[in-house]
Amino acid sequence: MSNKELKVPVMADVFAQGRTPEYLFWVGCAGAYDDRYKKVTRAFAKILLHLNVDFAVLGNEERCTGDPARRAGNEMLYQMMALTNIETLNAYKIKKIITICPHCYNIFKNEYPDLGGKYEVIHHTQFLKEMLELNKLKAVNDELKERLVTYHDPCYMGRANNEYDCARSLLDNMGVKNIEMRRHKSFALCCGAGGAQMFKEAEPGHKEVFIERTEEALETGAKTIVTSCPFCMTMITDGLKYKNKEEQVVNYDIAEMIVQSLGL
Amino acid sequence: MIKQIVFTAALLITIIIFFYTISTIIKKIRLTKPYPIKDFGKRFVLLLKVAVAQSTILRRPVVGFMHALVFWGFIIILFGSIEIVFDGISGNERTFAFLGPIYNIVIGLGDLFAYIIFLCIIAFLVRRIFMHISRFQGVEMKAVSHRDANISLLLIMILMVTLMGTNIFYIVLHPEGYSGYFPISAYLAPVFENMSGNTAYFWHEVNWWLHILLIFFFANYLPYSKHFHVFMSLPNVFLSRLESLGKLDTMKNVLREVRYMLNPDETPDISTEVPGLFGVKDVNDATWKNYFDALTCTQCGRCTDVCPANITGKKLSPRKIFIDFRKRMDEIGPKLIKNGAEFTDSKSLVRNYISEEELWACTTCNACAKECPVNINHPTLIVDMRRYLVMEESSAPGLLNNMFAHIENNGAPWQYSAEERMKWAENLK
Repeated sequence: MSNKELKVPVMADVFAQGRTPEYLFWVGCAGAYDDRYKKVTRAFAKILLHLNVDFAVLGNEERCTGDPARRAGNEMLYQMMALTNIETLNAYKIKKIITICPHCYNIFKNEYPDLGGKYEVIHHTQFLKEMLELNKLKAVNDELKERLVTYHDPCYMGRANNEYDCARSLLDNMGVKNIEMRRHKSFALCCGAGGAQMFKEAEPGHKEVFIERTEEALETGAKTIVTSCPFCMTMITDGLKYKNKEEQVVNYDIAEMIVQSLGL
Repeated sequence: MIKQIVFTAALLITIIIFFYTISTIIKKIRLTKPYPIKDFGKRFVLLLKVAVAQSTILRRPVVGFMHALVFWGFIIILFGSIEIVFDGISGNERTFAFLGPIYNIVIGLGDLFAYIIFLCIIAFLVRRIFMHISRFQGVEMKAVSHRDANISLLLIMILMVTLMGTNIFYIVLHPEGYSGYFPISAYLAPVFENMSGNTAYFWHEVNWWLHILLIFFFANYLPYSKHFHVFMSLPNVFLSRLESLGKLDTMKNVLREVRYMLNPDETPDISTEVPGLFGVKDVNDATWKNYFDALTCTQCGRCTDVCPANITGKKLSPRKIFIDFRKRMDEIGPKLIKNGAEFTDSKSLVRNYISEEELWACTTCNACAKECPVNINHPTLIVDMRRYLVMEESSAPGLLNNMFAHIENNGAPWQYSAEERMKWAENLK
């Protein structure tokens, strides 16, 4: 919208000014390094800045939460990462964490408390839903109106944490038409990337999981596949390429659609 | 009197065999690792929801409802079975009839359910024998699994037929009036009203004895069959893991090492247990709850049916993990009991039963655990076995070792430096 460059507050700077922001925006490794998901990070940061949310990011001080190491069986490495991160987070007196990654969300919410890291953890879809309910956010999107979309539930929001509704309610408020896949909500099929699968080759089989899931998404006839997880995003993007559908069908994160609605 | 003596003897034999079986199982449980249980209030709620209300099995509404009918029917009919035991010992007929209207309602429901269960079992047998249900297939489903299922279903069917027979001929024998209420049997009894008293008595006795002796047999057959869930499902649901499906348990023995590594000045906490093996290599490295899960699994295959790895043709089958666990315990358990915990047959659950290829195919999506009607948790056991492979043997797929190295060296699973973490924010407009 404006051509003014937006500054994303970094925790060390804010803290040096003697302030503790209300929220830490935990970007996550995919959010920081993956070219596709960087766009989602930018989108969500724009929304936070637009809403004047008191937040900061850790920037160079952020480290992997240890999730892929832990689920691949490397408990030792996980605990080292967790204790290191908890030290950083506690040094900044962080109470609330917003993250755009369900895997980071799950580990902060369910697993760091065992090691002494207790925070209020919010996934970006939950945050956006709350802003919508407080009337701080306009979700209605005239451009997207009546567009057919389908929402892919990330396992680590859905089955792992029983969060199925925030993303759907945001989509409803945008005015798009969400067509559910055959397997959705608690029945949703994994994209294939969880449990450290993202970082390895799949075992031999007759199909890749991401292709199975992408085909199911395409069967709905939706022209937009919506996700809220960086790994799901990668998998669905790959699936669309594999099916030669990347021209006809797009995949978005909820945050990107909200940015469109807000005209940012 | 002879009838009472024979009955009591049969009952005693049943009880002795049953307790012998349970004692062998308890010995095997003793070989496993602890798993603390608390929050009993929550557990009762869970028991009501998952077991009594059959909430998970009803996720597949049609066949789930049929199972629920069989389960609810069993609970009601159990009352009548207990009465039969009292009748058999005392030589009385319909001992609990003094309960009056309550008795009539429970016995009436039991009669109704006998016919309902009979029809459901026919449907189940037809599904198993004549229909191709994909979740009843798979490498882990050996001939013995199918035979086991069919025997159990057949036994239940005969149990229901003999219950109907007992009820019908009881009515025929008491034309002047009887205790209890039999909505369906009373309707069928007139078919036999011209039967002589002796013949009716004979058929009543045949049905009555067959019914109760089959129950005695069934009780001792179940612990050795895949159908043990008839006993195990309620306790297993009650003892469920209560944490959210996304949570893995923190390894205390690792934490001790890590704390010491990060802060060498800190004196290691010697109060915690000396680090044993990291992760699960064999059944005795797992918790008793894992073994409970294995005993409870009835091989319905709902887990495998929703597993993304299995659906796409990978070797992993969550059901197989627990079938293998039980098999391995049956193999090594008695030897460990006999020769002590140090005994080894140079085999283990990991590799000899469950291959690395299976373990690495899991996406930890928790679809299996969500679907299991008896709250078995597969992913935590799979991760425990990965923990063994990684921390004891450094045996992970090469790409995962690369990922570990990246996290160790630059704090991210990819080869990017922390200095690049803010690149996304450049030129943000």
